[in-house]
Amino acid sequence: MIETDLLIIGGGPAGMNAALEGAQYGVDIVIADRFPNLGGQLPKQTHKFFGWATEGAGQRGFQLAKKWASEVASKDNIRVMTSTEIVGRYDDGSWMAYDIENQKLTLIKPKKVIVATGAQEKILPMENADLPGVYGAGAIQTMMHVHGVLPGERFLIVGAGNIGVILAYQLKQAGADVLAVIDILPKLGGAYWVHVSKIRRMGIPLYMSHTLTKIHGEEYVTGATIAQIDENFKPIPGTEKYLPVDTIAVSIGLSPLVDILYQNRVEIVWIPELGGLVPLHSENMRTTNPDIYVAGDVSGIEEATTAALEGRIAALSALEDLEVSINQKQKKLYMEKLTQLRSAPLLERLRRGIEKMHSLARERGLI
Amino acid sequence: MGVKRISEHPILEFPRKKIVHFYFEGKKLYGYEGEPIAAALLANGIKVFRESIKLHRPRGLYCAIGNCSSCLMVVDGKPNVRTCITPLREGMRVERQKGKGAIEA
Repeated sequence: MIETDLLIIGGGPAGMNAALEGAQYGVDIVIADRFPNLGGQLPKQTHKFFGWATEGAGQRGFQLAKKWASEVASKDNIRVMTSTEIVGRYDDGSWMAYDIENQKLTLIKPKKVIVATGAQEKILPMENADLPGVYGAGAIQTMMHVHGVLPGERFLIVGAGNIGVILAYQLKQAGADVLAVIDILPKLGGAYWVHVSKIRRMGIPLYMSHTLTKIHGEEYVTGATIAQIDENFKPIPGTEKYLPVDTIAVSIGLSPLVDILYQNRVEIVWIPELGGLVPLHSENMRTTNPDIYVAGDVSGIEEATTAALEGRIAALSALEDLEVSINQKQKKLYMEKLTQLRSAPLLERLRRGIEKMHSLARERGLI
Repeated sequence: MGVKRISEHPILEFPRKKIVHFYFEGKKLYGYEGEPIAAALLANGIKVFRESIKLHRPRGLYCAIGNCSSCLMVVDGKPNVRTCITPLREGMRVERQKGKGAIEA
């Protein structure tokens, strides 16, 4: 049994920053991640990040992952458990950790837990969407950028949000063909213009008000049919286009990975603007379970720099509840930075979601 | 080493690791030690990893983060191995999974 002050589940931007913030106060920390290396989904990000100047703006995701992971590794009071999955908790407060490589179980008994498990790509609810060749956009980025493998040659990207658009030019960079990027909305919403301009310059067709009507193939994807839609989102007959693609990238949004929170009686609420089912939490990242805090995409879909800040805030809240005297000024600063990052005109929908969450938390008296 | 490896990239470099062999459905293939089994299979042009339990439909990679169960295979006789997060090792025997899988006696 490993005893610790703080167990952090998930070693992405939120988890790593929670560990780094907590470590400054000399408490004992365990950070566990399913993958062989810390970094979460940062190692597959090749674009430069905007945002928080001192914590990563202008740096590429994989560079940020390396920087934070090596900082974590340098702290004596952080124990890193990679290739390790936290699978559940016993009533006595010990959590079970499964070592994936060596197939061994260990118990961890923490005083407080920060859940930073991230999110998963949503799936397309249609026929043949289970065929090999229909992959999450993030999965394709992982294969390309982390492992140097191109999982296809000719791609269709479904969903022209930020990830879909970025993926289009990343695929081109890696030497693949992108036949089209489609979106059901008439106008681009979530994609940054700098990325959209890139795909336009590359000559990748971007079809708005379009939907995927058929996925072709028996054993794996051999093609796709797309069509224009009317104002009721119904395909318009006669507008169908067949695309001879071998891979369909799905980037229609992410779902927070809330399973371990469900198991631990954290109240989950439905806020579509934040990705659907999300843990009820305060702006201090406290949940309805007094021993559990959340940070990053699991608390609502955003991006790496906001996740990092949430991780730092969650760690400070956990330490406060352990009666460690924390730097309140610093915490306030992190919260102000978060508000600043969320103030972009593009993020109006997100702000609505955050406001809903915070007012729900206030109703419950969560601070 | 497989046809789907990226050799040139404007931003990234892929320092190559140790090459190891493994078996897919009894056929000898090569991959890099420590990369996910799924990456080695895709690099060799293999997309179909298993059959769905009821309708026997082909399944392959989906999430690549060990979460969706789409990439489960039988590895060294052990079923339900998540190939997207399980590192490739020398001599591994990798097979398509049919049904729920049974543990070898």
